[in-house]
Amino acid sequence: METRFKGRVWTFGDDISTDHIIAGKYLGTTDPKVFAEHAFESVDATWAKKVRPGDLIVAGDNFGCGSSREQAPIALKTLGISAIFANSFARIFFRNAINLGFPVLECVGLKTKVKDADVVELDMARGEVRLQDGSMMPFRPLPPNVLEILEAGGLVPKLRKELASGAK
Amino acid sequence: MAGQTISEKILARASAKERVAPGDILDASVDLLYMHEMLAMALLPFNEIGTTKVWDPEKVVVTLDHWVPPPTPEIAKMHQTIREFCRKQGIRRFHDVGDHGIVHQLIAERGYAHPGELVIGSDSHTNMVGAVGAFAAGIGATDTAAVMATGRLWLRVPETIRVDIRGTLSERTSAKDVILKVIGTTGDDGARYAAVEFTGPTVEAFPMNERFVLCNMTTEMGAKVGLIAADETTKAYLAHTGDPFRPIASDEDATFVKTFSFDVHGMGPQVACPSNPANLKPVEDVEGTKIDVAFLGSCTNARIEDLRIAAELLRGEKVAPGVRFQITPASQIIYRQAVKEGLVEIFLDAGATFTSSTCGPCFGGHLGTLAGDEVCISSTNRNYPGRMGSPTAQVYLASPWTVTASALHGEITDPRKV
Repeated sequence: METRFKGRVWTFGDDISTDHIIAGKYLGTTDPKVFAEHAFESVDATWAKKVRPGDLIVAGDNFGCGSSREQAPIALKTLGISAIFANSFARIFFRNAINLGFPVLECVGLKTKVKDADVVELDMARGEVRLQDGSMMPFRPLPPNVLEILEAGGLVPKLRKELASGAK
Repeated sequence: MAGQTISEKILARASAKERVAPGDILDASVDLLYMHEMLAMALLPFNEIGTTKVWDPEKVVVTLDHWVPPPTPEIAKMHQTIREFCRKQGIRRFHDVGDHGIVHQLIAERGYAHPGELVIGSDSHTNMVGAVGAFAAGIGATDTAAVMATGRLWLRVPETIRVDIRGTLSERTSAKDVILKVIGTTGDDGARYAAVEFTGPTVEAFPMNERFVLCNMTTEMGAKVGLIAADETTKAYLAHTGDPFRPIASDEDATFVKTFSFDVHGMGPQVACPSNPANLKPVEDVEGTKIDVAFLGSCTNARIEDLRIAAELLRGEKVAPGVRFQITPASQIIYRQAVKEGLVEIFLDAGATFTSSTCGPCFGGHLGTLAGDEVCISSTNRNYPGRMGSPTAQVYLASPWTVTASALHGEITDPRKV
């Protein structure tokens, strides 16, 4: 997988729920484009249009709380968001994102050091983020079993490989 | 050697280990997997994994609940896909429209989950089922696909937080008020990744319908599971299944990472204000807030006992002019029971609407959504912006008592004054 990402920052606060990310009224389909098009609509109706592939999200506590809807990380990944940093993640959102091969990283306090449109660089291998002013901030390393799923590109490719090799 | 909590006992058994400790990563064998329409989302990854069969159709339950009956052709098609998949896979326990219920309630009332089991559901409120003494956790679509394919799931053993509750509540005050108080104290991430176990005399005295409310909203504390020891009350609730009953409880010397103790003696109704389930106020502080909508529904609070409360307050009365009061039972079994007991006639006489069972209004999907700036008091579990419809709608979470009393008065009302 790609291990270095440079991108523009979008900041969000605490307790951003999956209702914020993709509203329930858009879930009556399985088309990821629909989820992407309406991402964060309740926060900013034009957000999905402004996002560019490679952008990053930096948020506060408990990002992704609420419903188990995987449509939330699917929406953000489909828009091309390269990674999400937060002080902490709600558990189902965290699993869902990792299962999609979507990096979600705990970096306590990053939120207070960046603002919208800052450009930061994430180095997965070194476990650090380079801020716009050049300073570095470490993020919490992912547990080995989680990293393994992420590095496989998600849970589906990992399982496909395991099943094919008869490991399970 | 220290004792084990309920959660640790179940996870040790499910992963064929002597014992497990918080932080351990396990590959666990799932006893029951249940799904709603998320099955349609899970089919995409399932088909890519490289297997064509569900690992064990006898360990799978499926119902339709989010969009019942289907409000659009696209969703009707989604239901067809699910129906067809269940038929082909030989999933006997597929509960189609008409035989459906909000999945957590359906699992509970049909006795599909037992104490000591590892139960995985495709919905965040799977925590509810932990009230029977099962480890019941919610997951998303890809994990669901993985369990369907393999019957296994990796899990991190959670720390257990104990919430000990004692004291006798004020009149017309219920488990909903208790859990809102707990969430208001811990915050909506106060139990992130943890197991929450409820103990204490108040919990022991609660009937199952109230225990389900406690465990249901541990999701709004960020918890992985909510748990209550399986005792005589649980045994009586599950007796209709004829299945053997094995009680489960945490050992006396089990380790709890934290204990929250609540003395709820004399505590009255509580309300979670817009737009976070932890934004708590006692009902006195929000009395008089004008409402447009009252909703009694969802997996949290739409069991027959909740409908009886509504009927008790509505009998011979009228819903306030200009207010729409919608009652949506948590399952078709409850629907039938409400008809049989004459509750529905009371609702209709009072000017309330009574619908088929669905999750629809709770997540802003269909069958009763909120317009911009509408104010709603709801017996559901979440009130984040846009949850029940427009992002500018305001949702207050409360008990069936408070919701019904407010519907009658057109403003948030202390049910003890009705």
